[in-house]
Amino acid sequence: MTSLPKAKEPFKFYTQIHIPELTGLRASNLQELLGLIKTVPGSVIYYHTHRFLQQHQYLSPEPPNDFAYWITGIIGEAELGEALYSIDTIQYTTIRELRDEIIRTIENYIEKHPRALQRFTMPGEEFHFIKSVSFVCQTPYTASDLNEFQAALQRVTLESIYFHMFEARLRIGKGINDFSNWLEGSLSENKLANKIASLDPYTHTMENLRFTLVKLIEKQIVSSMEK
Amino acid sequence: MPKITEYEPIVGPNTIEELRLLAGKLQGKVIQNINSTAVGGGVAEILNRMVPLLQELGMDARWDFIKGGESFFNATKKFHNALHGKAEEITPQMFEAFTETSQRNIDEVKLYGDVMLIHDPQPIALIKKKDSMPNSKWIWRCHIDVSTPNKQVWDFLMPFINHYDGAVFSAPGFSQPLPIRQFLISPSIDPLSDKNKDLPQETIDAVLEKYHIPSDKPIITQISRFDYLKDPVGVIEAYRLVKKRNNCQLIIAGGTATDDPESTRVYAETREAAGNDPDIHILPIPSGSDLEINAIQRASTVIVQKSLREGFGLTVTEALWKAKPVVASSTGGIPLQVKHKYSGLLCHSVSGAAFAIKQLLSSPEYAKRLGENGHEHVRQNFLLTRHLKDYMLLFLCMYHPEDIIYL
Repeated sequence: MTSLPKAKEPFKFYTQIHIPELTGLRASNLQELLGLIKTVPGSVIYYHTHRFLQQHQYLSPEPPNDFAYWITGIIGEAELGEALYSIDTIQYTTIRELRDEIIRTIENYIEKHPRALQRFTMPGEEFHFIKSVSFVCQTPYTASDLNEFQAALQRVTLESIYFHMFEARLRIGKGINDFSNWLEGSLSENKLANKIASLDPYTHTMENLRFTLVKLIEKQIVSSMEK
Repeated sequence: MPKITEYEPIVGPNTIEELRLLAGKLQGKVIQNINSTAVGGGVAEILNRMVPLLQELGMDARWDFIKGGESFFNATKKFHNALHGKAEEITPQMFEAFTETSQRNIDEVKLYGDVMLIHDPQPIALIKKKDSMPNSKWIWRCHIDVSTPNKQVWDFLMPFINHYDGAVFSAPGFSQPLPIRQFLISPSIDPLSDKNKDLPQETIDAVLEKYHIPSDKPIITQISRFDYLKDPVGVIEAYRLVKKRNNCQLIIAGGTATDDPESTRVYAETREAAGNDPDIHILPIPSGSDLEINAIQRASTVIVQKSLREGFGLTVTEALWKAKPVVASSTGGIPLQVKHKYSGLLCHSVSGAAFAIKQLLSSPEYAKRLGENGHEHVRQNFLLTRHLKDYMLLFLCMYHPEDIIYL
């Protein structure tokens, strides 16, 4: 039986814990929302495009976008809400690009449907801009080969998987998720790394994402052992 | 009082481990809480749970009080109501009483914390000591809904608030444009308290028997004090619309304050609206009867919270924790807890509430799924352990101005 190759560097699992910071900024119509989306810090855009995912990680896949939720449910512009829900977040590697796409989508809609600007919320239903403050900490889990990696993935918290798959890629600005990065750089598992990188994690629940990752690695372990 | 390890089977070992890790990062820091009373009211209730648990996690958390006489507390009671948006006459004498007592407290209360956590407006003026404690971080924890505050009172408090290092509010809508950092910390429920812990079926049955509630038909319940803002008469109207098609009964249970004429009036009006319907149970339950409230919630088929205005809506949190399908108004903190069609149903009117209740009574599988989602949502976001975590992160934020912090 062949043993699995050891990584050049072990994978260290980190996790993140966040606290919402209020900005005191609020919007009561589309124009105000758009103006503030253009100027708020990136951590605010990050919060409103990822909060749903973190707070409702047990639910069936749900577009993690507060702007879309508010525009659909409160402003009543379902078509624009759908356009925002449908933004394919995984194709953007920075918050800046994601923000620009949100702005473009709203501006295009307003141009086609200027009457949308006439809609105002009831008092108490305004959109409140919130910023995410993240604390990143190392967990006791590490992995030096695929077996250890798979075992650790089954034990770490969902927040840890969240950190490596979402936050590291988009917010920390690495452009790629940490798992793929390590698999390729330290284990030369390029095929597996690509498979993980090509997943759309935004369409999974967090538990389902964990399951999918574990299955992909398991398959790779079996195929390596058969060689 | 439950130990921190007793929460582990509910929230998982990782959550408790995370709390220990954060507590470790705050070693050596003294956290001094200050409020105006040791007993009575929501703030004292939270601190009574929170301070011992923080200590058990290894933190040096302490709790002190300010003192005040009748005129001071009369004034702060009026301030409290006015900040909530209630029409109150605020006189110059009230501001004087506040200032005078505050100065006495500034002179007499021993302040020593590395992090000073000041709760609500009563002790807010202690911030005047900040300059003499240059290494301390000062946080104002506002437990009040200040979304539409009385301007006179808010303007009076602003110079104090602006001098703090940070402020904390319970819902996004409560925040105001301020020159200091503001954090969002939602309230929480304690899953091990009498009001929320699991109950044996015999206890639930005994409470139903005590109040003569048969268990032969579905029970719709609203738990709330008798207050116009909780719209108990609207709940009865919704029940009557439901009753046309679905055989069911209604419980409206909650406290009445004998010294509050409005509460007595609302109770009388609710009784009158109920008429002679034997399926409507109006139950004035004295405060402190937590086990009974728990039992009634657990015996219910659908729980309603048809408030016209709401703070955070902890009765909704309690219902969701018991995996009950909830129909609630889209107001205050309720939309933070109930995501329409995922963890309950939101409504805006009597007919909307009735329609939602009928949906849930007629589709028990759907109702069960909403209840389960609601339970999980509360488990992950609104339990006491999350509250502890948020406070520790808040303290750490005082030492880290960045958006991403590596611990």
